[in-house]
Amino acid sequence: MSAAGEKDYQASPSPRLAPGAGRVVGQRVTRLEDAPLVRGDGMFAADVSFPRQLAMRVVRSPIAHGRLLSIDTAAARALPGVHAVWTAADVADIPPIPFRATKVRGLEPYCQPILAAGRVRYAGEPLAVVFADDAYLAEDAADLVVPDIEELPPVLDATAEPAEFLPGHSTEPTVVRKEYGDVAAAFRDAHAIVELALSVGRHSGVPLETRGAIARYDASRDLLELHGAAKKQHWNRDEIARLLGRPPAGVHLFEGHVGGGFGVRGELYPEDLLVCLAALRLRRPVKWIEDRREHMVATNHSRQQHHRIRAAVDGQGRLLAIDDVFFHDQGGYVRTHGARVVDLAAGMLPGPYRLPAYRVAGHFRLTNKTPAATYRAPGRFETTFVRERVMDAIAARLGLDRVEVRRRNLVTPAEMPHARPLDTLGTAVVLDSGDYPGLLDTALDRFGWTALQADLARRRGAGECVGAGIGFFVEKSGLGPSDGVRIAVDKTGGVELISGAASVGQGVETVLAQICAEALGIDYRRVRVVRGRTDRIEFGNGAHASRVTVMSGSATYRAALAVRAMALETAAGLLQAAASELSIVDGHVVRLADPGAPLMPLGEVARHMGPDSALMVGRTPGLSAERWFHSAHMTYPYGVHLAVVRIDRGTGEVRVERYLVANDIGRAINPMLVEGQLAGGFVQGLGGALFEEFRYDETGQPLSTTFADYLIPTLAEVPPLDLIVSEQAPSPLNPLGVKGAGEGGTNGVGAAIASAVDDALRRPGAVVSLPILPRTVHALLRT
Amino acid sequence: MSAEPVRTVAFGVNGETREATIPVRRTLGDVLRHDFGLTGTHLGCEHGVCGACTVLLDGRAVRACLMLAVQAEGHEIRTVEGLADAAGALHPLQQAFCDHHGLQCGFCTPGMLTTLVEFLADCPDPTAAQVRVAISGNLCRCTGYESIVAAVLDAAARMRAA
Repeated sequence: MSAAGEKDYQASPSPRLAPGAGRVVGQRVTRLEDAPLVRGDGMFAADVSFPRQLAMRVVRSPIAHGRLLSIDTAAARALPGVHAVWTAADVADIPPIPFRATKVRGLEPYCQPILAAGRVRYAGEPLAVVFADDAYLAEDAADLVVPDIEELPPVLDATAEPAEFLPGHSTEPTVVRKEYGDVAAAFRDAHAIVELALSVGRHSGVPLETRGAIARYDASRDLLELHGAAKKQHWNRDEIARLLGRPPAGVHLFEGHVGGGFGVRGELYPEDLLVCLAALRLRRPVKWIEDRREHMVATNHSRQQHHRIRAAVDGQGRLLAIDDVFFHDQGGYVRTHGARVVDLAAGMLPGPYRLPAYRVAGHFRLTNKTPAATYRAPGRFETTFVRERVMDAIAARLGLDRVEVRRRNLVTPAEMPHARPLDTLGTAVVLDSGDYPGLLDTALDRFGWTALQADLARRRGAGECVGAGIGFFVEKSGLGPSDGVRIAVDKTGGVELISGAASVGQGVETVLAQICAEALGIDYRRVRVVRGRTDRIEFGNGAHASRVTVMSGSATYRAALAVRAMALETAAGLLQAAASELSIVDGHVVRLADPGAPLMPLGEVARHMGPDSALMVGRTPGLSAERWFHSAHMTYPYGVHLAVVRIDRGTGEVRVERYLVANDIGRAINPMLVEGQLAGGFVQGLGGALFEEFRYDETGQPLSTTFADYLIPTLAEVPPLDLIVSEQAPSPLNPLGVKGAGEGGTNGVGAAIASAVDDALRRPGAVVSLPILPRTVHALLRT
Repeated sequence: MSAEPVRTVAFGVNGETREATIPVRRTLGDVLRHDFGLTGTHLGCEHGVCGACTVLLDGRAVRACLMLAVQAEGHEIRTVEGLADAAGALHPLQQAFCDHHGLQCGFCTPGMLTTLVEFLADCPDPTAAQVRVAISGNLCRCTGYESIVAAVLDAAARMRAA
């Protein structure tokens, strides 16, 4: 890195990208990612194979809770083609899976061992692993492994009194509490108090590609490689190295194509460590590909919470205080996220409203189900449903219009930035910018809300069961603290952008290439983006929490500006001009006075900056720069969801007739990709609102283990969707003005559809749980 | 392995005759992927619901996860790798998927494309409603589907004009 670069490492204020669409930024350019994917040339986890590889198959607990007395592996070991069968005793030297994303102490006893030892805590927990010549044989052998488990009564209700997890440790490791203002006084002086009990069902990301992990050990270089990685390569690399007793530089992770992440993929799971350990011990590559049934019981679940919430309001329907007690159903172990979802739920529940006093207690409780963690809009899908149910209840109690109650409580632009005496993810909650009432009006107007009410009244008069609903949300994005990007221009004018970000399929490469191209003055198709690899860059934060465009995007912008400045300085010397008179257009140096006349291609400038160039004697060669972006605060996108539903009185089925998502994200780097995020996110929210649920029987047996039982929305369920990608409130916290766009499509769906179902039923408060199933609605129609 | 019954099968794949000696229980999806190296056909659920593994058997869409490879004996299989023309130019559906952002992670895409090749052969001038029915049996977890519908309508128009 140059001396200038080192100085720049101190987070100096960087110039902001000018508002409005640029040549590349703000344009609906097609994706760099697409060509191999549409040709079938992708490299997903299951597509990675190495010579001499063994297949790993996991033997999973058939029981939700019990004492693991013994495991008979003799028959499996005897099967020809089986190389090893391991149980907990074989991996006793490997510590349990650690967590990264929590400040809560004392969770260590609840971490998951890579193979169950002594106890089984959910149906699907890994008990043993089989290594065989191919996947069919490994599965045959796994069927021959016989565990002896003494069943114990399962804990299946997180609202019940905590039980014993281990001697001295209850099934409630912590209660996340946050509070500000005089809550007691607010309730004492309130004009009215509304009180609701609300539940969100257990569902999750369920990407279409199941997980996979392929490890190989190269003894010639003493290097362990893990392929099929995603989301958090660097943290996972460091932890795998630590747990296996290797230096981090002796372990590298590689992300290929990723078939959807949504929060669940790329966390460190037992299988990741097992394949690594096996590659080291067996000295052969080891491949594990999760099957769909396994996925439904092994990969993180999410969402399941029960809230008991009270709100105090004045005579105008203005919030005075909220007091919420909720129970978070964590499942059998605490995984990598620790108590993050509880913390997010507690910190984000107030949403877009002015709230003078607030108290929340989030009971983090273990049950005998698949462990839970984050899923797109974690803690927000849940609490937006809860908070917006409260707003509807206030409207009903005070006889006010649902929209008007929200309008009276929304934080106004004059109050921005709006600091709450609250924290989440270790950062103070400061709503950085926004025009909440403005976007509400825009959305209502676009949806034709006023005329819609008359139309719905007419249809009800004709016997239809129809209604409209609303949900307002605040998202969070751009979690710091830092991300770095290295950009280098080669002699042909090609650009390599190396980032510590990852991609779970959303278009990270295209977006970073667009930002780079805009700042540098080149064609975005000349930018090759490297991501998801630990062997090309020392640090990285991967892809999660709607942070890549904010953090890695800003670092890209800074690095590209630095490269541009270096190029112009060099070109100025070669062209006998002042750098200030030059620019770069379409990959060529030009004079500002005559931008249509290319003077020198960028690759030529790079050639003059090579190690053999006389110009570089005494200097660090290369037309390249590394820059970092640091952020102490998150940036908060926001938006409105509006829905129209029709209920079939015969079956109780809820059909969404049309829907609108309005989301202010400050700036859309690629509006087409933002719309894709909102549309796809909406359909996932629709699943959680109406269809998707991991159900269990009374013994803790999972009932939703196929796509016939766990209902992901198909095209037949998707209504016409209108999208407003608003750029009214650029974030002041980064040079691009961007806010994350990954989760706003999902966040408000449960809230808006619940509101619409109430409206159709003409029964405010009728919906108290998600998903809103036909049998529930059917019962409501008959009571 | 030696105890497993094996059989030599031959069938067409993307215009070439391919032969393999395989255990009879091996699925078509696994043979395409592992024995022939055609990993563009993706396995998303292995129980016939998601549609990611859809390939064309004599022009008809079938789920490669639900079919044994030995059942393909003598038939002609077309996979996503066989959609671009001999010179490598994208099939109009592939191009339209790129143009309309009809894919994000791309995992479901091969099955969508093969399903739609069959559909447009049967129905070259479809309505949006017909397109929606045609791919209602293919799961996509990323796009929300509507961009795919737009891509199909555009591709159909391009193919009619060609």
